[in-house]
Amino acid sequence: MNHNYQKDISGCGLTGLISRKRRPISGSEIVKSLCLMTDRGNGLGAGYAAYGIYPEFKDFYAFHIMYDEPTVKRTVEDYLKSNYHIEKVEEIPTKAVKAIPISPMLVRYFVSPLKERLAGEQEETDFVVNTVMKVNSEIDGAYIFSSGKNMGAFKGVGNPSDIADFFRIEEYEGYIWTAHTRFPTNTPGWWGGAHPFTLLDWSIVHNGEISSYGINKRYLEMYGYKLALLTDTEVVAYLLDLLIRRHGLSIPVACLALASPFWKNIDQRDPEEREALTALRQTYGSALLNGPFSVLFGHSNGLVGINDRIKLRPLVAAIKGDVTYMASEESAIRAICPDPQKVWAPRAGEPVIVNLED
Amino acid sequence: MVEINASGTYYKELNQKIRAAVEKGEKEIVLKNVNGQYYIGAGFVGSTNITIEGVPGNDLAAFMDGPTLRIKSNAQDNISNTMNSGKVIVEGNAGDVLGYGMRGGKLHIRGDVGYRVGIHMKGNKKQTPTIIVGGTAGDFFGEYMAGGILVLLGLDSTGPLVGDYLGTGMHGGMIFVRGEVDKNLCGAEVGILDLDEDDHKILKDALTDYCKDFGLKLEDIMKKGFKKLVPVSLRPYGNLYAY
Amino acid sequence: MFKSLAPPDYLATIDREKCIRCKRCIQNCGWNVYSWGGDKVLIDTFKCVKCLRCYHYCPEEAIEIKDNPTKFKQNAYWSFNNIKNIKKQAETGGIPLTGMGSDMPYPILFDNLLIDACQVTNPSIDPLREPMELRTYLGKKPSNVKVEKTKDGKLKLAEKMPPQIKLDLPIIFSPMSYGSISLNAQKVLATAAKACGIVMNTGEGGLHEDLFPYRSNIIVQVASGRFGVNPEYLNAGVAVEIKIGQGAKPGIGGHLPGEKIPLEVAKTRMIPVGTDAISPAPQHDIYSIEDLRQLIYAIKETTNYKPVSVKIAAVHNVAAIASGVVRAGADIVYIDGFRGGTGAAPSIIRDHLGIPIEHALAAVDDRLRQEGIRNEASIIAAGGIRSSADVAKAIALGADAVGIGTAALITMGCTTCGKCYTGNCSWGITTQRPELTARLDPEVFGDRLTNLIHAWEHELKEILGALGINSIESLRGNRERLRGVGLDSFTLDILGVKPAGR
Repeated sequence: MNHNYQKDISGCGLTGLISRKRRPISGSEIVKSLCLMTDRGNGLGAGYAAYGIYPEFKDFYAFHIMYDEPTVKRTVEDYLKSNYHIEKVEEIPTKAVKAIPISPMLVRYFVSPLKERLAGEQEETDFVVNTVMKVNSEIDGAYIFSSGKNMGAFKGVGNPSDIADFFRIEEYEGYIWTAHTRFPTNTPGWWGGAHPFTLLDWSIVHNGEISSYGINKRYLEMYGYKLALLTDTEVVAYLLDLLIRRHGLSIPVACLALASPFWKNIDQRDPEEREALTALRQTYGSALLNGPFSVLFGHSNGLVGINDRIKLRPLVAAIKGDVTYMASEESAIRAICPDPQKVWAPRAGEPVIVNLED
Repeated sequence: MVEINASGTYYKELNQKIRAAVEKGEKEIVLKNVNGQYYIGAGFVGSTNITIEGVPGNDLAAFMDGPTLRIKSNAQDNISNTMNSGKVIVEGNAGDVLGYGMRGGKLHIRGDVGYRVGIHMKGNKKQTPTIIVGGTAGDFFGEYMAGGILVLLGLDSTGPLVGDYLGTGMHGGMIFVRGEVDKNLCGAEVGILDLDEDDHKILKDALTDYCKDFGLKLEDIMKKGFKKLVPVSLRPYGNLYAY
Repeated sequence: MFKSLAPPDYLATIDREKCIRCKRCIQNCGWNVYSWGGDKVLIDTFKCVKCLRCYHYCPEEAIEIKDNPTKFKQNAYWSFNNIKNIKKQAETGGIPLTGMGSDMPYPILFDNLLIDACQVTNPSIDPLREPMELRTYLGKKPSNVKVEKTKDGKLKLAEKMPPQIKLDLPIIFSPMSYGSISLNAQKVLATAAKACGIVMNTGEGGLHEDLFPYRSNIIVQVASGRFGVNPEYLNAGVAVEIKIGQGAKPGIGGHLPGEKIPLEVAKTRMIPVGTDAISPAPQHDIYSIEDLRQLIYAIKETTNYKPVSVKIAAVHNVAAIASGVVRAGADIVYIDGFRGGTGAAPSIIRDHLGIPIEHALAAVDDRLRQEGIRNEASIIAAGGIRSSADVAKAIALGADAVGIGTAALITMGCTTCGKCYTGNCSWGITTQRPELTARLDPEVFGDRLTNLIHAWEHELKEILGALGINSIESLRGNRERLRGVGLDSFTLDILGVKPAGR
């Protein structure tokens, strides 16, 4: 367990949307929304995540991998070949953008784990998580920045519109989108450091600093997660994976663990609910996200927005038709939805949970 | 009257255009298609009336000293930050941390507001900063309040009137709440009192102006009783320290 | 013949001009330093321990207790204690005893750790006006919780939690037995524990009936002497602690001589008056880790599964030992660092065995995490906690709560004179002499101890506020918010802490 790391700190703006009816929405929408919040980023990182973009490969894990140089690519590909069936490999389509003179090699793979490589009762998802952990923490110069099915993250160092142009975001259509513009306080200039952070189908965009990072990290390490990126956001992704996928908590209950009600509030509940909430806090104290944050997390079935227990970071939500929008600022929503039916500011620690219709 | 189309205009350019209009002696300015531009009216002095159509960005009317802004829709966070005088009228809802350190002037909001509204608002000499909220408020309403008047009306609202930690750290000023106040939601230093005659006068004066802004009837609002919240101890934490 | 070649540590002096011969010093001194000479107070300075009782009770400020200037020649290598102990041993052939925790100048890691604070990128929080939570639950936690929804949409726990001890803040009073301290001193601890929403620990001297009203704030201890242990006792408190070792004297038993076993102590310990109370070095039903498991579960069966704490001294292999203790079924591991206090210990043991709590705590927390069992038990860190800063640092290193003993005694008048083993404590703390114990009014001193805990509570909240976190669980194990100053890279590595500046 390495403690001698340099933690990355950044501020930012975020936005996201979901069509409950799974209507494909053009990436140009989310780009427009994000680009409105110019002052929340400083051009040192932006990214997008979209769900429903790979319908023809929806049964395969879509690995988006960035490589610093070709030899690393060979190492990773050898590893993938011996563990996965690879349905398709291609470069992630990009466009030359003046403001982005250099970029890592960006390749995507549609894969499924080889059955014979799964140990005993091992879940396929655990196998994929292990691959992501292994590549990201052990192979220098390679980084899997997206690993879900029928979804993908696109991110890099640059401002929101340049990154969008570079990755040709407007050419994708998805039914869930999240996006992020970043304001890092240092300039690591590493593409992997931009948001969204993803693991399997989880994608996280996050605003604020998680002051409990140190213990969240050590807590996750106990469950085998390797925190390679040294950013707050990574812990959110892994905590969701642990609580929801591995521990089987429902999304609302997981949110109660990550942004727990105060004891004062818990103590006022009915005995049964008090007992349940107390047990959650007792058990998941080390998973509590403390400090200012607002987070959007996408997953294969929906989109969730949540902010910290005393609302130190902003989050606004709006609805129009079957689409729910969430963003750091109302204007970012209005930029693409001028007349929402309802606009509201979620209360501190109370998640906005939107699920796709079947 | 002059109209400025703010569509696609960055705040710096927009504020320059407004300032130019003010310098030309314009008393009535209408901003069309505003969406998310920060700092509108920030640091403005004088007596211009500015009407804003669209959602203005954060720090609206920060440090403002004189003008009147009317926002025809919702507004975002940090309105009237350290404002000295003038007036901001929001016809919709507004966000968090409104009127931080506000020393004078008025902030009238027709709808709901977020967290930490009226935080560290302070009076000075003859200045009495006033915030009136027509709808509901989130937690920490009137936190660190040092002076001025905060009014929470809860008109046509469905949700809870106010959040937790009401008036926490309050050490001056007055909060008027329309309806009953749960002591459990109040900061330790807050006392809940009934209004006396002077209070009624202060409240009526403030609300008369508010009603004019939104075409409301004072007697409708006054049909329901108010409670007054004031700090009951000037140094509630004095015994926390060892000398 | 000279008195002793070991010169007195202190010179008790009386300003004869100021002295009004009120004899209060004679009454107050538990060590008989003062006596009446017919026309003036006589002084036997050899007996003085600088407990300062006389000084505080002299109405004329006529008394001064000076460090003896005529001790030995200053020597950077041969300390005063080295030479004095040799002289004493030459005269007696005995083992010099001592009380309190070690005061040897080993490095104090707590003083080489600094706590973080927020600037810009995250806001600090005002602990007085905004919520700030210190509540702590001690006990085994499952790795995950099963929650279901009731018909009306409310949450309901599907599987009950293991029993937990609720603390309003992460501090407990360390075990100090009736016998080693007075009943009044235990009452001070009990009243303060109740007032502060925390717990005290009986130590191994049994539970006096006067403490029964405080049972929801008491942990009862089972040690090698098994004093006062019966089913009623085991069920009397909120938890049971098995004492394996003590930081000040790891591997050493205890011996309360018969003359210190008056009726009440004897009753509480369930032994005859005037017999020696010997605590063997090991528990003779525990010679190995599986035996510990056997005892833990014997107690659990007897108490219908109350939490069981196991107290161990911080020794070299503490991480592996703690891991075994957790695997043996302990709900709480209490780790006592070598600075931990004692009522009586050979000074050679106290000063040279064990390791500091900072290293031990860091190693144990790390090991339990590496093995994936950190949730299986809470960690209490003790042995030299001097302030709320030490509390915060211990929690950041990974403790669930800390134990304080000496700090609590200081509120009762203790000046850390270190002569607890004599039974002459003039403050009525570590004595059973009725004329001395009567001085310690449980109500008055209960308030003082309550004040201390409340003051530390406020300080902890200030620290959390500066850290921008509003709940103690976000500090627990959050070593990212600590930095080391002047520590070598090995030590930093053990602590899991970055050096300041990084």
